[in-house]
Amino acid sequence: MKVAIFSTCIVDLMFPNIGQAMVEVLERFGCETSFPSKQICCGQPTYNSGYHKETQKVFHNEVDALMSSDADYIVGPAGSCVAMLREYKNLLKDDPQYADKAAAMADKTYEFSQFLYRILGVRDAGAQLDAVATYHRSCHMTRLLRERQAPYELLSNVKDLQVVPLPRAENCCGFGGTFSVKEPQISRQMVDEKVNDILSTKASVLISADPSCLMNIAGRFSRRNEKIKIMHIAEVLNHNVDPARIRFADQPVNV
Amino acid sequence: MATLSTSNEPFLTRIKESEADKFMQKSVAKAQDAQWEKRPASRKELGHWEDWRNLGEQIRQHVIKYLPDYLEEFSDNVEKRGGHVFFAQTDKDAVAYIKKIAQQKQAHKIVKSKSMVTTEINLDKELLKLPDTSVLETDLAEFILEEDNWDEPTHIVFPTLHKNRDQIRKIFQKLGYKGSNEPGEMAKFARHYLRRSFLEADLGITGCNFAIADQGMINLVTNEGNADLTMAIPDTQVVVMGMERIVPSLKEAEVMDNMLSRSAVGQKLTSYCTFAGPQTADESDGPKDFYVVILDNGRSKALGTDFEPALQCIRCGSCLNVCPVYRHIGGHGYGSIYPGPIGAVLSPILGGYEKFKDLPFACSLNAACTDTCPVKIPLHKLLIKHREVMMDKMKIDHSFNNVLMKGAGVATATPIVFNIALKGGYLGSAPLAKKSKTSVDNFFHYGHIEWAPSLAKGWTDVRSLPRPAKGSENFRSWYKKHQAAKQAQAKEEHDNG
Repeated sequence: MKVAIFSTCIVDLMFPNIGQAMVEVLERFGCETSFPSKQICCGQPTYNSGYHKETQKVFHNEVDALMSSDADYIVGPAGSCVAMLREYKNLLKDDPQYADKAAAMADKTYEFSQFLYRILGVRDAGAQLDAVATYHRSCHMTRLLRERQAPYELLSNVKDLQVVPLPRAENCCGFGGTFSVKEPQISRQMVDEKVNDILSTKASVLISADPSCLMNIAGRFSRRNEKIKIMHIAEVLNHNVDPARIRFADQPVNV
Repeated sequence: MATLSTSNEPFLTRIKESEADKFMQKSVAKAQDAQWEKRPASRKELGHWEDWRNLGEQIRQHVIKYLPDYLEEFSDNVEKRGGHVFFAQTDKDAVAYIKKIAQQKQAHKIVKSKSMVTTEINLDKELLKLPDTSVLETDLAEFILEEDNWDEPTHIVFPTLHKNRDQIRKIFQKLGYKGSNEPGEMAKFARHYLRRSFLEADLGITGCNFAIADQGMINLVTNEGNADLTMAIPDTQVVVMGMERIVPSLKEAEVMDNMLSRSAVGQKLTSYCTFAGPQTADESDGPKDFYVVILDNGRSKALGTDFEPALQCIRCGSCLNVCPVYRHIGGHGYGSIYPGPIGAVLSPILGGYEKFKDLPFACSLNAACTDTCPVKIPLHKLLIKHREVMMDKMKIDHSFNNVLMKGAGVATATPIVFNIALKGGYLGSAPLAKKSKTSVDNFFHYGHIEWAPSLAKGWTDVRSLPRPAKGSENFRSWYKKHQAAKQAQAKEEHDNG
């Protein structure tokens, strides 16, 4: 199975370890990966700020780049950015040159944990992590991509990992793209409540499938000098993997 | 008492005041947390919630599409029942008409039930200008606001969400209340106080949850029964409604009422759900003279535009109850009688961008509103649409940020430019970067930035920024090496095999 890696600009710029973990997990499951090098960004920073004219070029570049390979799927490590690529179907539907290409791209694009769970049928990725963790379900992952199951299921099968529920998980962490820089006074209050809720779980690890939310929450933890280990779900599923533990949906638990 | 706008203070000042009002914040958070339990439970009880939403959306879209026809049908049917209908283009037209009725009827004691649209047109204050006239709000929360020197409502369903029981007790003490701060005791006092006024009133003014086109009747839902008394006792009733507040028949009203109460308060139905019109020959209660004022006041500006879905709103307030921004800035922060997500969409339509330009940006696009809306208004998308109108079409931003955002557009569209950022991000950030340990070291591998200029200052004002990865160690560099190593390995296996 050929998979084109949609790295997202934030992983490209900031978090190589997330992209690396995702590629290693995908290849462990037999995916033949490729990296379309002209890709940049899904376009949310400018589109969500209202600069729609400028964003058309961003959309076109991303479609051309990601569709330049013959991959069966496009997989990215961020629920929000993947939801945006899916939304291209609507956003470019009146663009005679790009409508079909964008729709074809949207249909084969998946968020990393979603791809493992729904396309590869992975239930236990074989990982082990001895920790008490809590999971931040990002808003775009759950409400726009509508993926509310895959990350929880995959994490529930990581050996020695205890995932404790995060109170008020439904509330936004206060990132919101340019919202975080344009409205810092509101964003601060939101991320503070999130930090407090995370601290209340006594978890030592915070996990999410959205690097931007993690960057926001981590940044506030750092500013408040509160200690926490931050992990992207790909890093968790790539941790201490024992191939003997790997299990797929069509295999019974005790095989 | 207010018009659409409730404050002349700058947005930032309002946010600061809201943050200082810890009681308000706690109270909103508590109400939101409670509704996160109650609302889904009451919706689940109904079953097939997504199907109900689709139906709700269809009904509302249909009505808005054929609005002129339904308004005509409703108006004809009100007149057949002996009532009168007035179409008011503006708030001033509506107020002038209602004042004229009050004068003609020589009404001096006016009772009102809760109505956002009468707040929008500043009706109470205008009626008080009439000689020898009293106006009494009979919804408990609105009554509290009135007695607190006409304070502003901060929520469209729970107008006094920002007040605590001790504050309310103080307000009531001015009216002679001597009891405790216990809500039941205070409500009993208000009930006694209000009941007398109903009996003396000569004009009742209500809002309208839904107007039933084929019946010429109006539908009101309350939990206090005060709207029923406002309708039943005075000889004259004036109903004020937004022009979009129509349903075709009782069948659709039933669907909407079911969704409204569950969405607004997590109840299967409110205590009172009334369908009424002018008094008929065989009835002993109800208004002898019945007037309906149908208000445009900017609503028609949304018709036929991308903003038309905003008119689907049934004012349940559930978008306020899930909004993490409303949670912190409250109704006061929005500076509009319509706060929260629907307020941020509606206020610029009704009141213009100049006054309400900040609201569409006061949103993290988390889409909780869109997700909960019973009639499926794409609220967060309409907020993006407002941003587009302001940035692309009106070009209101002339600051350096505008240049930066356009630069970001170029950088994220042009591979060569982005590659420069990728390679230069680490070195470029050197003057700002700190190597000291942070409490999230495993995540911020390359150091951290605690102060950055310009647009990024908004970020570092609140949180640390991770330093970009070294060019030689970023994801793309790693991937290149990784691929080369794999190819070398494959070649080796091939050669050996």
